[in-house]
Amino acid sequence: MQSVVVEDLYKRFGDTLAVRGISFAAERGEILGLLGPNGAGKTTTIHMLLGLTSHDQGRIQILGKEMPRDRYAILQRVNFASAYVSLPANLTIAESLYVYAKLYNLKNPKQRAQEVLRELEVDLNPKSLVGMLSAGQKTRLNICKALLNEPEVLFLDEPTASLDPDIALKVRALLKKLRADHGTTIIYTSHYMQEVEELCDRVIFLARGSIVATGTPQEIRERSNMKSLEEVFVSIARDGELKDVREERGE
Amino acid sequence: MISRIVGMVLRYLFIYKRSAIRIAELIFFPLMDLLVWGFVTMYLEQVTQSKVVVFMLGGIVLWDVFFRAQQAVGMSVLQEMWVGNTLNLFVAPLRSYELIISTAIVGLIRAVITASGLGLCAYSMYSFNMFDFGLALFPLFGLLLFFGWAIGLFTSALILRYGEAAESLAWIVPYMVQPFVAVFYPLSALPPALQSFAQIFPCTHIFEGMRSVLHDGGIPWSLMTKAFLLTLVWIAITGWYFASTLRYVRRKGYLTTAARG
Repeated sequence: MQSVVVEDLYKRFGDTLAVRGISFAAERGEILGLLGPNGAGKTTTIHMLLGLTSHDQGRIQILGKEMPRDRYAILQRVNFASAYVSLPANLTIAESLYVYAKLYNLKNPKQRAQEVLRELEVDLNPKSLVGMLSAGQKTRLNICKALLNEPEVLFLDEPTASLDPDIALKVRALLKKLRADHGTTIIYTSHYMQEVEELCDRVIFLARGSIVATGTPQEIRERSNMKSLEEVFVSIARDGELKDVREERGE
Repeated sequence: MISRIVGMVLRYLFIYKRSAIRIAELIFFPLMDLLVWGFVTMYLEQVTQSKVVVFMLGGIVLWDVFFRAQQAVGMSVLQEMWVGNTLNLFVAPLRSYELIISTAIVGLIRAVITASGLGLCAYSMYSFNMFDFGLALFPLFGLLLFFGWAIGLFTSALILRYGEAAESLAWIVPYMVQPFVAVFYPLSALPPALQSFAQIFPCTHIFEGMRSVLHDGGIPWSLMTKAFLLTLVWIAITGWYFASTLRYVRRKGYLTTAARG
């Protein structure tokens, strides 16, 4: 069953065509990596999927509902976290999570807030102000917020960007557990290719708003005859495309 | 819907729990206005033997009702931008009308606190009793609250459209209206051309109504009806502007960036 379906999606900002007719789908329980150099269109794509930015052309279907027509029904069942977005700095951890639990209309907001803090092993004083936390702690708290409503689809924009390796490892383990226990679909952007290889079932490489490669990390490595996804990334960032060595081999 | 509105009201009220400065801010500036203009007008009253003090004090207290309501609705989006929370809010299933209702409730709470504080001070220092307005206090207060929310919606839309660069607009919009709406002087004090212009603002009729109450007693129904109808028109126009601005910023991708074109 497909949780996310994107068909022929376009977005233009002034003279720049940021997203050029991309199509893809994510299955239930799949971890899909959206990769590419800066300006490739991955964050714009995630923002369109979340209804933050409207698309010019094409179709977005999430959990069988249309974005933006069914925006609020979709948003109730999905969530989002990014290393670059913060919870209100002037609230405490407990207050922030309580407020968001209310926004998602959860039955026991206080209890649910405590549960996610435990799940993510956030051993911080719930009375600490969000603004006083380190960048890594804020990121973890943001992931806690993203798990409050037990989302069926989770959008993560570079969620481990400011985490130390130990916490990043814990976050990856938690994401795998989420998928295993709840069948959560995760759409994921990251610049850490090692992390992507470990976590993602499938990746989509974007360059200049177009999809230039798609497949499992292993398939893409083999197709391009490169040792790591990092090499693939560099090649795409420099050439704007991925050379398929199978064509040269006549396969 | 109720849960989301309660959540947002708490989001804005929690910050008062820990901050005596924020609580003091609700009273401090209006109190300074009350002191300065109260004493100035007391002096004028001694010199001219007119009833100017009650008009001035009534104007100060009621103007603040409008100002607090406008600020609560108008500054909410800006506050979220300051703390980097805009994206999280807009990916939550929070409807824009729920956000507006919650900020309007916060505006009501702030206006009641400020008006009560000012009312007490005005009574103790100048023997000005807010309850001299009688039942007229409710329509005067209510209409100013609604017009404050309408202008707050307009301010919010400007901030969504122009980003943090519009911060100063959020503060000055009420003061752009103030000279024309006869807060501290009667409408007849304005030049004739400006008198016609002033008629489009509900505030003008509300403050004219306030003076009429203080002068003659009783509720000036025709002024209140005009103010009510105009407030409905203003809410409809600013609500439409807010909704169309939200569509515009979604199209331009402005919700996700501090940059604005």
